[in-house]
Order: sequence, then structure tokens, then C-alpha cells
Amino acid sequence: MQTVLSIGVDALAYGLALFVISIGLSVTMGLMRVVNLAHGAFAMIGGYFASYAVRHLGLGYAAGILVAVVGTVVIAIPIERLLYRRIYGAPQLTQVLMTIGITFCVIGITNFAFGPTLKTVPLPPLLQGSVDLGFRSIAAHRIFVIICGFTVAAGLWFLVERTNFGVKVRATVDNAAMTAALGVRTEVVYAVSFAVAIALAAFGGVIGAELLPLEPYYALRYMVTFLVVVSVGGAGSIPGALIACLLLGTIDTTGRYLAPEYGEFFFYLAVILIVTLFPCGLAGRMK
Amino acid sequence: MVASLDRTIATPSFTRRMADRGVIGVLAILVAGLAGYLLMPNNLALLTQMIAVGMLVLSIDLVTGYCGVATLGHAALFGAGAYGAGIAAVHFGITDPVAMTAVGLLAGAVAGLVSGFVILRAHGLAQLVLSIAVIHLFHEAANKASGWTGGSDGLSAITPDAFFGVFEFDLWGVTAYAYGVILLAVVFLALQVLVSSPFGMLARGVRQDQIRIAAMGASSHSVLLRMYVISGAVAGVGGALSAISTQVVGLDSLSFTLSAEALVMLVLGGTGSLYGAMIGTVVFMLFEDTLSAANPFHWLTIVGALLIAVVLFAPKGLYGSAAAFAGRVRRRPA
Repeated sequence: MQTVLSIGVDALAYGLALFVISIGLSVTMGLMRVVNLAHGAFAMIGGYFASYAVRHLGLGYAAGILVAVVGTVVIAIPIERLLYRRIYGAPQLTQVLMTIGITFCVIGITNFAFGPTLKTVPLPPLLQGSVDLGFRSIAAHRIFVIICGFTVAAGLWFLVERTNFGVKVRATVDNAAMTAALGVRTEVVYAVSFAVAIALAAFGGVIGAELLPLEPYYALRYMVTFLVVVSVGGAGSIPGALIACLLLGTIDTTGRYLAPEYGEFFFYLAVILIVTLFPCGLAGRMK
Repeated sequence: MVASLDRTIATPSFTRRMADRGVIGVLAILVAGLAGYLLMPNNLALLTQMIAVGMLVLSIDLVTGYCGVATLGHAALFGAGAYGAGIAAVHFGITDPVAMTAVGLLAGAVAGLVSGFVILRAHGLAQLVLSIAVIHLFHEAANKASGWTGGSDGLSAITPDAFFGVFEFDLWGVTAYAYGVILLAVVFLALQVLVSSPFGMLARGVRQDQIRIAAMGASSHSVLLRMYVISGAVAGVGGALSAISTQVVGLDSLSFTLSAEALVMLVLGGTGSLYGAMIGTVVFMLFEDTLSAANPFHWLTIVGALLIAVVLFAPKGLYGSAAAFAGRVRRRPA
């Protein structure tokens, strides 16, 4: 029972950290149809920003998150203008190569600037301890991640389903040309969505730093995981991504607890099964 | 693209001409092999590894360049060949180098069948994700089955017999290198015949327009699967050569990194051309050898920048761009 509960909490926290990072990827992939392998690199940049701000500039945790989000978006804007613009609508192989290239560059530069060691984002005292639930105590940080994950999911759901901007986003996902013909400035929709996606990636990179440790190869190591989440959940679907993250988080965490010697064998086996059964993802409507 | 297809069909002596061109390619390989031996006699291990990886790049070219399947998991076939040859030598006592190569070829073809069966079920993003999942699955399986594969320590103590009982695999690697050059020439000739055959034509048709191929009565899935098996055999030969020459097989031969790097080599040289695949391999690995000795992380930055530059400025790769340039010069009236 204790093990089941530990697995449950860890799986939930891990899955929701994954969700916060990869939901941006899912939305931009559904919108712009770009296979963006560099998304994890932006999460990593966010984490490094926060780590630097908190440890070397002496800022608080919340301020660190703010610095990470703003800093990462500022870095991402010129990259989007100069590089991503050119691969919208290009063949998939081109997109893969360009974004892998960006990932490699980010890894190399990060390693040059910060060294190959593991970086941490020191937690505030409030999140360091554990919360006693009476029958069991849970690390406060895990609870924080879980709350953040559900808040982001609810916020995004509200943004996409209940606001004027969300209507434009959904219309652009369904048929960009038709939406543009109706007078929606799709390039603004693209730019805002890209910025929100990067900001969420940076935010996820910071709050998930305890679960997905920050080091230069972060971008390469979790690149696959984020892509898998989008592919399993279906590009552009928020509930799909949430289900996929919780499912994959559970499979991965359970595998680590019960059969650590198999590594990620069961994780990838599950991925192959799900993708084979649902080629468009669990909640996909990709044509 | 369609126009070029029509033209090639209309020319009757096309197959013949391509076969002739294949002979030129074989001669080029032999000359380059000799030049490599004379120029870098102390670095034959690198050159042999270059040939082995070159076969992996050729095999990716078959599915990516000719059939249009984007894959990031092709090292699975290379690693299968390497482990196949290695396990045959260590556990079953098959130490004849030619027999080891044959085992590698078979293992690669089987791995090609399995991964093709999985990967070809999906399209687009799902296909890419499946290919990544396949390479990780192979990697974890090899890691777990350490009784057979040596796990993360690698499979060592592979001691191939002397070639025909005469040429021993010595410390300098002359025999392994010569074997590699000959093997590459044979593989290249076979592939040149394959890609200019009607089947190769069909594969290119599948890349250009699957619906039209289906309307013409051919099954594109069957073409792709057969190409995957052939591609696996080529990669398997490369893996076996790597096992024979280095006498050790590590988990890195089944890694995502190798898959991605081999794809980079292919794109650098130019997809859809056997020459492009080989030129890309040679340029990439020579650069890697010189630059990564200085600093491996700068090397990663350079690869990344190189990739971005190729995508932006030379989408046809080195060979493709050079060939297009030469074509323009030739067509210009004198």
C-alpha cells in the first residue's frame, strides 16, 4: 500500500511536470505543423536561467521563475523569426534536421557557458519540507508541481475553450487558410501561441527541475519523451496531452519502482503499442 | 520530379548507363581506399569505421532518400548486425570473417523486417516517434540481455580468424581495412543496380506520390517493407564490419545518437544519391576526428550550426548542390 501510494504521488508529479513542459509543444505542433525537437532545449534554458538567478543573483524562487520565463521567451523570439519561419510547411525531414541542429547548438553553448555539472534550483523553505496527510507525509515540492500542473491545464482549457483568442486558435488549427480568409491575423495567433508555448516550457523546466534534472544533455534526453507525449496524446489536444502525460508518467514511474533493471524498456514498449493502436494519438484529430 | 521520372523511363539504356556509372563508383571507392591507405597509414581504424558507418548511411539513404521515410532509429539495424556477428563469434564459435559478415547481414535484415513492420504502420509524426521508440527498445533489450550482449560493458573478445587462413587481423588493421574497402565496393555495386532497377524506380515513385502508385496497382507498403529489409541487410553488413575490425561491440552501436548522426551525414552529403551518402560520411567523420579531439562540446555546437546551415543554404547537400551546379555549367551554351 505504501509503495502504491508513493508510485501514485511520484507518477502524478512526474506526469504533470511533463504536461507543463510538453503542452506548449502539442499546441504549436497542432497549430503550425512543425516537428519541433528543440522544445526541450527551451525548457532547459528556462531551468538554467532560474538556477543562475536563484543561486548567483540571490533572487527568490518566484522571481527566479519570472526571470526564467521572460529570459527564455526573449531568447526564443529571434530564433523563431530567423529559423522557424523558414521551415513552416517544409517537409518533415527538413524540420527534424533544423530543430535537431538548434538542440545541438543549445547543448554545446550551455555546456560551454555553465559546464557539464548538474544544476539545481534551490527550493524556498516552504517547499523543502513534507506535508503530513495524517496517514502519510508527501514532499511539499511534489504537491506544488501537482497544483501547478492542474492550474496550467485549467488555465489553458479556459483560454482555448472560453475566450475570443481561443476561438481563433481552434479555427487556425482546423483550417489556417480559411481562418485567414475570414480576417483573423493568423500570424499573430502563431506568434502568441509560440510565445506561450515557450513560456510554459521554461516554467515547466524550472518547477520540474527536481524530477527532470538539469544538465546540458537534458535537451536531448527528454526530447524524445516530449515528442512521445504529443504523439500519444494527439497534437493540439489539451485533454489528450494530459491523459498521455498521466499514463506515460505512471508507466515510467511504475517501471522504475518495480523493475529498475529494465530501464525504459516498458515505457517504449507502451509507446509503440499506443501509437500503433491510435496513429493519431489518444485524442487526435490530425489529418 | 515527375518530369524526371518520365524521362528516365523513356530512355531505354537507362539501366545500362546506371550500371556503367556503378562501375565508375566502384573504381572511385577502390582509388579512394588506396589513397586513404597511403595518406593515413596510422589511422586505418578510423577509415574502417568510416566504411562501416558509411554502409549505415547508405542504408538510411535507401529508406529516407529513395522512399521518403524519415527515421531516427536506423542504428537499430546497424547494431543488430554488429551484435549478430559478435554473438555468432563469441557464443557459437563462428569466427570466419565472411561467415560473420553473412550473420550480420541476416541479423540486420531481420531487424529491418521487425522495425519496418512497426515503423511503417504510421505516418508523419507518429512514424518518427515509432522509429525513436524502436531504437530505444533495442537499446534497452541489449542492455538487459547482458548474458548474450555483455550489457553496458560491451561484447568483447571477438577474435575473427585469419582471412582464408592467410591474412591475419593484426594491430594495424590493414586486413580489416582492405576487407572493408572490398565489401563497400560490392555493396555499392549491388545498390547501384538495385536503385536503377524497376524496383528502385517504384520506390522513388512511392516517395513522390503514394496515391498514384496505389492507383497503378502496386502496394506501396510492400515496397517500403522490402526496402526496409534490404536496408537492414546493408546496415547489418556495416555493423558486422565494425564488429570484425574493432573486435568489440558496445551499446553505443544501438544508440539514438548514432541514428541521428548518420542522418546528419546523409543530409550533409545529399539524400537520394549513393554518392551523396558516402561523401557526407567521409566529410563528417574527418571533421569529427579533427575537431572533436579538441573539444567534444564545441563539436556538438559545430554539428548543430552545420545542420542549420545545410538546411538553409544547401538543402540538397554537398553532392546534390555540386551536381546541380555542374549541370548548370554544362547546359550553358559555350
